[in-house]
Amino acid sequence: MDSTQSFRFFNRGPSPVARLIFFMLLSVLLLFIDGRYKHLESIRNVLALPIHALQRIATNLSTQPGALLDELGNYLDTQGNLVRENVQLRQQQTAYAAQLLQLQILQAENAHLRKFFDVREHADFPMQMAEIVYAERDIFKRKVFVDKGTQKNVAAGQIVMDDIGLVGQVTRVYPWLSEVTLITDKDHAVPIQMLRTGLRAVVFGSGDVSNLALRYMPSSSDIQVGDVMVTSGIDGTYPPGLPVAKVTQIERDPAYPFARILCAPLAGVDQQRQLMIISGLHKLPELPVEDSKITESKNKKLKRSKQ
Amino acid sequence: MSKDQEFLLPASGAFIAASLFVALMLNWLPWQGLWLAVRPDFAALVLLYWCTHKPHRIGIGIAWMVGILADVSDSSLFGQHALAYSVLAFGGILLHRRIQMFEVSEQPMQVLPLLAASYGVFALVHWLSGGHLSWEYFLGCLTSALLWLPMSVLLQTLRRSRNDHNNL
Repeated sequence: MDSTQSFRFFNRGPSPVARLIFFMLLSVLLLFIDGRYKHLESIRNVLALPIHALQRIATNLSTQPGALLDELGNYLDTQGNLVRENVQLRQQQTAYAAQLLQLQILQAENAHLRKFFDVREHADFPMQMAEIVYAERDIFKRKVFVDKGTQKNVAAGQIVMDDIGLVGQVTRVYPWLSEVTLITDKDHAVPIQMLRTGLRAVVFGSGDVSNLALRYMPSSSDIQVGDVMVTSGIDGTYPPGLPVAKVTQIERDPAYPFARILCAPLAGVDQQRQLMIISGLHKLPELPVEDSKITESKNKKLKRSKQ
Repeated sequence: MSKDQEFLLPASGAFIAASLFVALMLNWLPWQGLWLAVRPDFAALVLLYWCTHKPHRIGIGIAWMVGILADVSDSSLFGQHALAYSVLAFGGILLHRRIQMFEVSEQPMQVLPLLAASYGVFALVHWLSGGHLSWEYFLGCLTSALLWLPMSVLLQTLRRSRNDHNNL
């Protein structure tokens, strides 16, 4: 009764309840369309232009004092430090030069062998550098925005890495920006292969900054702390052989069928500012229809068992 | 009746728009980690302020539009913030007389449930669309309620000083 009385105050236009219902229905409709059919990307792109510019300004305004301090610190760096660093860099360069030489020899040998076995040559992936503009402001997600978009031929599904290993995947593209989902995002899956044993598995993000989880591995599987995982390339999304993570902790509890395996990403998923976007992956042959149905049903089962 | 009886000129549309703009910019600062969790939702607060103080000017429609802007910037699902802000604005409009009855220092406890409802709607949509929830998220509505007092005092003084300016 109370509520009906208070509505007398708002006799302008439709009542708040009517408006609320209208806008709630509108929101739910948008949620449904966006969540199911992804038809709203063009509207989002148009709105994103001014908003991303403003977000960039906000980020720059707030990081400028920090950048200034950094520059001051660099300026005050003593000569001794610089000399030491110089010597260190020289040593590193010599070491790298030797490694580079070996790499060239290995590449030549590899090409030779590949021709020998008539294996399809892996494409030499073109890369482009991109810089992180800002991180996602949503506490539930682990995403960053980088400064290359459709204007530079970035497409959703491309791989993002730094100089050490895999960082994430481009999931949404705007004209001048693209959104990268990090491999640590909750339930983000990467198909991997153990470098030591060749064991294939899928590593999942845990939504945590520095942890990945290797699920559904039997307790008896041959995995040791320190094992390095590289992408297996089986899914056709990630090119094979990129370093992904290292096993940091294994718990084998006989009460559970699966071992609990935690891994740490190798790449500086949260440290780098410059990233590389790998484009132009080679196409895998299409899956036969029946096979894809089977894998789909398997995936569904996997999802169910997760919940 | 100890409430401020000062006469406030109706806030101009430009002032309301500017305050909403500043609030959105504050939301878009690069908050990270724990700071992101305890970040008050400035846009929601300013919206609620105008909904309770000018319920005929700022309604559910404007709240919805601000929500769409927030959705684009957070790359959340279209309508997620919009739905949460519409619920918030509805609560603010429904209870604006009740909230204004209290003194400014007592108002945070009154707006907390409204903010919690809007945070709850956002989290519910997130959960229904398959995301995971973390409890730190709801810290944000506590800090938002705490910020209510300084923010409404600030907006009130800004409105007052504008009037003085006009009189001179």
